[in-house]
Amino acid sequence: MTETWILLGATSSMARALARAVAERGDSVILAGRDMAELEAMANDARLRGAKLAEAALFDARDPGTFGPLIARAEALEGTINAAVFVGSMPEQAQIDSDPSLVDGTVTDSFTGPARLLTMLAPVMEARGKGTVVGVGSVAGDRGRLGNYVYGAAKAGFATYLSGLRNRLTRSGCHVVTVKPGFVDTAMTWGIEGMFLVAPPEKVAADILKAVRKKKNVIYTPFFWRYIMLIIRSVPEPIFKKLSI
Amino acid sequence: MRWKTAEYHGWGRALRAEGQLARPERRAALDALMREEPAPAIGMRRSYGDACLNTGGRAVDMTRLDKLLAFDAEQGLLTVEAGVTLGEIVDTLGPKGWIPMVLPGTGFATVGGAIGNDVHGKNHHHDGSFCQHVTELTLIAPDGTAQTVKPDTPLFRATAGGLGQTGVIASAQLRMRRIKGDVMTVTERRAPDFDAFRALLDESHASYTVGWIDTTATGARLGRGILEEGETIAGLVPPKKPSKTVPLDAPGFALSSPVVRMFNRAYYARVPKRGRTVVKPLDNFFFPLDKIHDWNRLYGKRGFHQFQCVVPLTAVEVIRDMLGRVAVSGLASPLAVLKRTGPGRAGHLSFPMEGYTLACDLRARPDAVKLIQRLEAQTADAGGRIYFAKDALCSADRIPQMYPELEEWRAEVAKIDPDGVLKTDLVRRLSLRSAA
Repeated sequence: MTETWILLGATSSMARALARAVAERGDSVILAGRDMAELEAMANDARLRGAKLAEAALFDARDPGTFGPLIARAEALEGTINAAVFVGSMPEQAQIDSDPSLVDGTVTDSFTGPARLLTMLAPVMEARGKGTVVGVGSVAGDRGRLGNYVYGAAKAGFATYLSGLRNRLTRSGCHVVTVKPGFVDTAMTWGIEGMFLVAPPEKVAADILKAVRKKKNVIYTPFFWRYIMLIIRSVPEPIFKKLSI
Repeated sequence: MRWKTAEYHGWGRALRAEGQLARPERRAALDALMREEPAPAIGMRRSYGDACLNTGGRAVDMTRLDKLLAFDAEQGLLTVEAGVTLGEIVDTLGPKGWIPMVLPGTGFATVGGAIGNDVHGKNHHHDGSFCQHVTELTLIAPDGTAQTVKPDTPLFRATAGGLGQTGVIASAQLRMRRIKGDVMTVTERRAPDFDAFRALLDESHASYTVGWIDTTATGARLGRGILEEGETIAGLVPPKKPSKTVPLDAPGFALSSPVVRMFNRAYYARVPKRGRTVVKPLDNFFFPLDKIHDWNRLYGKRGFHQFQCVVPLTAVEVIRDMLGRVAVSGLASPLAVLKRTGPGRAGHLSFPMEGYTLACDLRARPDAVKLIQRLEAQTADAGGRIYFAKDALCSADRIPQMYPELEEWRAEVAKIDPDGVLKTDLVRRLSLRSAA
């Protein structure tokens, strides 16, 4: 049975690693994002690595007009449909502080855009009675911090949405995995001060596929971030508000 | 593009640089970078010395631009982004019956690096150098414009083996070889001394030939070694063993002279006197050391140098003399290679010439520096040349003699990079871009 992966934000480092991993085992991929030239090149790469079918598709979290055609494409595909969401944007908090209108874009990219698309996709998956949604959140969503709390808030909202979607889709045999990566070696973290224990995107992709296979609900990747975030979440608010971590 | 300040080094680890690195992940990001803040490209940093270093300056890390873009199976032409490694290409297309025409000794080298150093492989005597099988490439000049460069043009000859000085190579089309299967038969034969070794090399007609040489052997055994001849065949692939990693810098005695002598004796004796034929996966034959990740750490914190030269056929006695010097120095490691090269080369600064090439690793010690400088002088006097991909120690005044097309190269490079934006540590050390 053919498995198709719809990757939203497909040019991100983690999505590219996942696209390669599933292409090499012969799955199909729909690579959705904004940079069509790059997506077409990625589709060629996926085909040469073994993907049964590989296509580029336009997806812009801020332009709901791009959602309909993507859903129509999904409906036309046979077999199992999986979706993995890698979109999100993280402007520097200082930039947001001086231009509060950036809040809207951050929330649209990281939360409401993909949530709207997944809500449109849910009935398609329910009708097939199988398939997995992988939603990539962030450890930043576990607690609001000085450095990136608007991005964190958007990811927290997305995590809550995924939890509800899991509650819904499980009834029809589908599954939702929430992925919370720590520091990953991507364009987003390249050259930022204070990064430690940075994981390669291939490691994240492997962890995602393992979580899908084992039907995990929420994973941290690499795994130890679960314990780091456990500590960060347990700091009492009166103390936490004075910290800058 | 965000720049990251980092300390980095080549494979030998003896020379280091601190500078700023960018790592574009999309072609559009690379294009924008080259329009706004152009810099020389670096890849997996598998060159040994300072060819991949730009101290105090900037460099573009190309390793995330690593897509396979198109494959024409009828003509055997593969188009790739320059950051893809050759090992990745072998792993992906080898099982389908295709490998690049030329493969260097490590699969971790990128296509961009293989072009910039016009690398050669174990089939150089038949098939020539890497860039002789590059059918076109896309070059982004320091002014931000991209152009397609075809073979037999002045810009191609300056770019092949051109050490990144004509621009950033974004993608390239490579001629691939159809192989019978993705395993190899490898025939290993002992050569008890230098004359025997040389005779075996001269007589070998195998598709792939390489010689391991025992650089600790002296006297009657000087220049002994093992000749390996390989052919691709169809057959059962032995299962791939997982790779190992050297987790830390080894202490200084790990590759000390008695240890290396013992190792080499055992390594030589492992092949029976009458020789033997074994079946190996492609990777094991082409990239024998890649199974041990970060093996360069075996040389400890101070790192090592690789000396590699090529001398004309008539100067074979110089190689014998060099081997003698290396053997008595007690500085050599097990890693030493002797090979016969053909005339094939694609660029003004390409390394190969028809003759014999000797490569050996030496721990980075003051004595080794002196020894290598001595070997470099011998190379120049013999009408040979040293390999920029390996060199860390040569002096600038020897280069024009070794590379007679240097002026043509300079003229072409000056046209495309008039401001010297793409200079690297090696280019400055050897005054390649202008007379010293």
